[in-house]
Amino acid sequence: MSDWVITAENLTKVYKMGEVEVHALRGLSLEIERGEVVSIMGPSGSGKSTLMNIIGCLDRPTSGAYILDGEAVSNLNDDQLASIRNRKVGFVFQSFNLLSRATAVYNVELPMRYAGVTRGRKERAREALEKVGLGDRLTHRPNELSGGQQQRVAIARALVNEPAILLADEPTGNLDTKSGEEIMHLLLNLNKERGTTLIIVTHDQDVAAQTGRSIRIRDGVVEAHR
Amino acid sequence: MNLMQSFIEALESLSSNKLRSGLTILGIVIGVAAVIAMISIGRGAENTITGSIQGIGTNLIFVFRGGSEEVTNPKPITLGDADAIADPFQAPSVSAVAPVLQGDGKVSYGGESTFTSVVGVTPAYEQVRNTPVIEGEFINEEHMLGRASVVLLGTDVADKLFGRKEGLVGETVRIDGQPFRVIGVLKEKGGSSFANEDNQVMVPLTTAQNRLIRRQSRENIDLLLVQAVNAQVVQEASDEIAQILRARHSTEIGVDDFTTFTQQDFLDTARTITSVLTIFLGGIAAISLLVGGIGIMNIMLVSVTERTREIGLRKALGARKIDILVQFLTESSVLSLIGGVIGILLGWAISTIVGSIAAANDAAINPSIGIDTILMATLFSTAVGLFFGLYPANRAASLEPVEALRYE
Repeated sequence: MSDWVITAENLTKVYKMGEVEVHALRGLSLEIERGEVVSIMGPSGSGKSTLMNIIGCLDRPTSGAYILDGEAVSNLNDDQLASIRNRKVGFVFQSFNLLSRATAVYNVELPMRYAGVTRGRKERAREALEKVGLGDRLTHRPNELSGGQQQRVAIARALVNEPAILLADEPTGNLDTKSGEEIMHLLLNLNKERGTTLIIVTHDQDVAAQTGRSIRIRDGVVEAHR
Repeated sequence: MNLMQSFIEALESLSSNKLRSGLTILGIVIGVAAVIAMISIGRGAENTITGSIQGIGTNLIFVFRGGSEEVTNPKPITLGDADAIADPFQAPSVSAVAPVLQGDGKVSYGGESTFTSVVGVTPAYEQVRNTPVIEGEFINEEHMLGRASVVLLGTDVADKLFGRKEGLVGETVRIDGQPFRVIGVLKEKGGSSFANEDNQVMVPLTTAQNRLIRRQSRENIDLLLVQAVNAQVVQEASDEIAQILRARHSTEIGVDDFTTFTQQDFLDTARTITSVLTIFLGGIAAISLLVGGIGIMNIMLVSVTERTREIGLRKALGARKIDILVQFLTESSVLSLIGGVIGILLGWAISTIVGSIAAANDAAINPSIGIDTILMATLFSTAVGLFFGLYPANRAASLEPVEALRYE
């Protein structure tokens, strides 16, 4: 029997835009195994972002069951969702989303603060930054770092609470080819070393090609697996 | 997240936009400073006024005609009443009684003249009202018996007529055309009292009755000043006076045709007036604090909008509603707390300056800032920060993470 870290069954999501109902997901089902590297692809409007938001517990499905790392998420309230995000999901965004006035260490500390960790935060943040190769940039602020370095800080921040899944939304989208390759290399290495499940939402065929499985979404359902 | 961290983080975030934070703080500073200055100046005025009332004498009772509104034709206070009250068997708590006639007159010397109040007094007045002379002597029994044409000058009158306050004994002034010999000059009392006691002249009561201040009956007087034996028995003395006068005026029970007024009554009245004034001033000042609070709300709303993405990110990383709420509430409270502290210092400076300006103009207002004022201002300004920060903070906390992250 497989060890599923994500089980989604018959997910639907309906947005109300004024009078019009938009069906972003139409009964989507999906399973992802622990330690897997999966890419999610699809044209814009396919429901890809909606799916990512639900997988990342930023949003709730209108109907359907979603189990993340053994916890049923569909019916939790906002604060319970926040707690799940904090413990089980590490986010890496296309535009890095670092706090611009804070140092790298402080940025990486942030998830631990919301987790209620009071001791040893600085040490853990430093270790995480060393792991992504930024041991010499601890007190730099985002505007003193290159795009690739900023994304490394974001990855360190995503990993610091040791989440069940790492959810990366176009992680190389804002980077040049070389930095992009480095970031992909880093993400894949982390998956190999730590066994963290890696889910990458992307447009980029080259990125998708490096993942073990690629899921194609169209019109709110899974169109194809590779 | 503990409070100290939130506090430091709030400081960091506020210092990232110094001008904006500074201007917002300024709003609170002005509000708090105004409240502090107004209340302390009001209190200073109250102290000055009550102090000058206490200067009248702590065991003094005023008795004058007219009391209950139901009495249509109140009997006048007479010399007979005064004698009865002075009787130690009828009123053991009374030590001295000074009947007074009050009028106005034109006092002139040479080419100078002044219109001033003329007071007919008995020798007891000196003791009862504590009005010593700086030269010459007070009116005595001989002057009374002889209805002597003698006068005591207040210092302001002396100054106006003679241009000096000394060496006047033996001069002759005219009151309403009649010659009076100056037998002394009254000690200066200062202008702080509500009636200026330096701008008056005193003549023997008998002289006034006969020649200056005529009343329906020669027995009638305007005012009785009664001195109680000591400050503790003022109330008893007042009760004794009331009993004697009720008997002598044969009034119905419960409707007096006279009024006794103790210094305590004056104090109470004055305190009521000044505290209303203080509350009024403080209230007006509080409006500016309110405006400062609205400034905080405004700036926090802008800040929430500006930092929508940051809020979205924090939520994605696991911040609960309460975490965001605390973050923004801390920021607005820090703004108002800093404003409050600076405002207290500024308010203290303003009231000190006002106090010294007043002192330079001979109006002694000693502004007093109590711990209670400071506490109140601090609490109030922090409460303003919390109250006006609540709405923006709540708005930040209720943002949907998905939409906040997507916000450009």
